[in-house]
Amino acid sequence: MKSRREFLKEAATGAVLLGSSAAAEKLARAGMLDTHAAQNTARKPKVVIARDAALHGAGAHPDEQRVLNLLDKAMAAYTGREKPVEAWKSVVPASVLAGKVIGLKVNGLGGRGISTHAALTLAIAERLQQAGVRAGNILVWERDARSLEACGMSVNTDPSRVRCYGNDVGGYEAEQSSWGTVNVRLAKILTRECAMVINLPILKDHDQAGLTFSMKNMYGVVERPDQLHANHCNPSVADLNAIATVREKVWFTVGDAISSVYDGGPGFRPERLWYPNALVVGEDRVAVDHTAWQLMERKRAEAGMPTLEAAGRAPQYIATAADAAHRLGTCDPQRIRLVEV
Amino acid sequence: MVAFAIAVVAAGVGCKKKVVDPFPASGAVAGWEKTSDTRVFAAKDLWQYIDGDAEQYLQAGVVSTSTSDYKYQGQLEALVDVYTMGDVAGARKILESGKTNDGKSVQVGDAGIAYAQSVTFRKGPYLVRIVAYEDTPGAQQALMALAHGVEAKL
Repeated sequence: MKSRREFLKEAATGAVLLGSSAAAEKLARAGMLDTHAAQNTARKPKVVIARDAALHGAGAHPDEQRVLNLLDKAMAAYTGREKPVEAWKSVVPASVLAGKVIGLKVNGLGGRGISTHAALTLAIAERLQQAGVRAGNILVWERDARSLEACGMSVNTDPSRVRCYGNDVGGYEAEQSSWGTVNVRLAKILTRECAMVINLPILKDHDQAGLTFSMKNMYGVVERPDQLHANHCNPSVADLNAIATVREKVWFTVGDAISSVYDGGPGFRPERLWYPNALVVGEDRVAVDHTAWQLMERKRAEAGMPTLEAAGRAPQYIATAADAAHRLGTCDPQRIRLVEV
Repeated sequence: MVAFAIAVVAAGVGCKKKVVDPFPASGAVAGWEKTSDTRVFAAKDLWQYIDGDAEQYLQAGVVSTSTSDYKYQGQLEALVDVYTMGDVAGARKILESGKTNDGKSVQVGDAGIAYAQSVTFRKGPYLVRIVAYEDTPGAQQALMALAHGVEAKL
C-alpha cells in the first residue's frame, strides 16, 4: 500500500494540471480536493486532438521528427506543460517513473498497412526515457510477434533496451477474469509485468464493432478475443474494460489517428485509407472513443457514406461503457472538454 | 492451428478434393518475388489472422485461408490472401459485399474489382485479395499481372 505521503506526492506531481476524472479522484482520495470539486472536475474530462497536416509529406510513411513534434504538441495541450519531459512527468505517477514497468499497448492486427505507427511508439519511448524511465522498463507489447512486426517493431527481450514482445512470449493467466458477460484469460504482461499501460490504438472502422480505438484495443490483452465479437462487441468491449486490472492499469490513451480506414475495416483497405494526421489523447477512454467516433463519422459523411448507425454497426459499446454499471467515462459531448490544436 | 510453409489449399469441390497451390513462385510472374512462407488458417483460427474481419468470411462459409507476401521489382510490397470458400456463392457474397462505386471491374477469374492498390477476384469457390502497401506508379498493372498469375494456379 502507498503511504499518504507517497500518494500526495504522486497526486501533486501527476494530476493537478490534467483535470481528468482519474486525476481528480486521486486528489480527492488524498484529501486535496473536496468531493464536490472532484466531481465537477470529473464531469469534464479533457480530450486533445492534435493535428499536423504535413505529417506525411510526400511519402506513405509519416515523418518521424514531425510525429515527435506532434506528440509534444498534444501532450502540452493536454497537461498545460510546454516542456515535453515535464508533461510526461505530470501524467506518469512518480512511483512508476522511478522503477516500474510501463507498457505501450500497440495495435498491429490490421497488418502492416494499418497498424500503430512505429514513429509514434518510439517517440513516446524516447520521451519516457527522458522523463526518467529506464529503457528496459518500457515494454512495447501486442498479441504476438507478427502483430508487432506489423507495427514496425522487432521482438527484443534484452532489458538494457526498450523491450518488445507479445503475449505469445509473455503468456496468459491460468485463471479467468470476469466482469459482466466477459470471462477471459488476461495477458501476464498486463497482470504481472506492467504497473501502467499507455494505450496506443489505431483508429479504424470495424466490421463488427463499428469502430476500434481505445477500448477495443484491449481485445489484444486477452487470449481469445474472437469470443467477444457477438452483438457488435456490445457489451463485451465495455465489460472487458471494466475488469479491475484493465480499468486501473490502462488509463491513458495516445491514440494513433495518423492514418485510418474509414470503411471496410479492421483490415487494411487501401481504397478506404485516410490520413487524419492526428493524435487523440486523453485519460477518459469513453470520451476518447466518442471523440474518435465523431472524427470517423465526419470522414464517412465527406466520402458520401452512411453513418455507422445507418450501416447497422454503431459502436454502441461506447454508451454502454458510460452507463451506471460500468462508469468508465463519459460520452456526453457537453461533458467533454475537447481541445483541438 | 496455423500451418506454416504449406503451400497447398484444399477445397471441397463436389465429391473430390482439389488440392492447389495458388501462390506463384518467385519469377513466375515477371518482376514478382514471393517473400514469405505461406501461412494457412483453418476457419476456426481465422481470427488469429484477421481479427474481427473473420466474421464476414465465416458467415460466407470460409473453409480455409492462405496468405503470402510478395515484392515487385524489389520495391513494391504486397500481400496475397486466398480464401477457400465452401462454394461459389460464398466467394460471390464476399466480392459483392466489398464492391463500391469507385472500384473498376476487371477481367480476372469469374469476376474482379480493382482499385489503385488492390485487386480482388473470385474464381469458383476461391476469393483472392491482393493488396499493395504503397500507391506507386504502375502498381495496379503489376497487381493485375500477379492476379492473373494466381488465377492460373487455381
